[in-house]
Amino acid sequence: MKYVATFLMGLLFAVGLTISGMTLPSKVIGFLDFTGKWDPALIFVMVGGILTYGIGLPLITKRSGPIFDKKFSIPTRKDLTPNLVIGAGLFGIGWGLGGFCPGPGLTSLTTLAGPVLIFVGAMAAGMYLYTGYEKLTSK
Amino acid sequence: MTMEQILPPLVGGILIGLASLGMMFFNGRIAGISGIFRGGLLPEAGETLWRWVFVGGLVAGGVVMMFVKPTVFPTTFVSKWPVYVVAGLLVGFGTRLGSGCTSGHGICGISRFSARSIVATLTFITTGAITVFLMKMIGGAS
Repeated sequence: MKYVATFLMGLLFAVGLTISGMTLPSKVIGFLDFTGKWDPALIFVMVGGILTYGIGLPLITKRSGPIFDKKFSIPTRKDLTPNLVIGAGLFGIGWGLGGFCPGPGLTSLTTLAGPVLIFVGAMAAGMYLYTGYEKLTSK
Repeated sequence: MTMEQILPPLVGGILIGLASLGMMFFNGRIAGISGIFRGGLLPEAGETLWRWVFVGGLVAGGVVMMFVKPTVFPTTFVSKWPVYVVAGLLVGFGTRLGSGCTSGHGICGISRFSARSIVATLTFITTGAITVFLMKMIGGAS
């Protein structure tokens, strides 16, 4: 049952992403185009998502735990590190270049369009590259 | 802006919020897509299968929407393929270094008033906007 619920949540997430316009790179680039013809529409994705999650989360975490696990796993880190800012900065550059963030990239795989396949493959490669980088810097 | 322009992203955002709430309610996990995808690629004991199942749901949702409303997907791409290679590498590497993406930081994190997520979101929107500006300058994007 855990996996049925997980699958359905992934599916619902994808429906939300597509309805919202996040799977259209031109729309994303229009949202980031503050100096040109700015298209503010995608700000409402954040508004809808943050309000829904913000209102619902405290109601859920009041319970003793999730349905299919022992406890809630919620990030507790509060430190503002250079890695956080540099990482988010690099991610933003990639987002602005291609118009895809991870969710819309995966959801758009159904198009089998070359740019989407290249983007998702390169995203996986970038994640593996990070593992190599982590090993180098931890020495 | 008209209601016709505001409603789809607002409804879409609410659905994303509900799906993220569902992940917390059922599994007790944050719906951060970059972290979920990473966990599929780099297995951790007990944390790999659900991540692949969630990614499967994301892909399946795309397939469903392809039938229901194919116009939600692009038919033309403005940039040449090397741009998507660089974009993918930066998104993959950057989301790991910065511990999240638009979903984990932008929706789940900001909802919890996480300072880290607020800083990350302001940062990636800023660098994204600078990138779009520079791409327009060099004529790489419309």
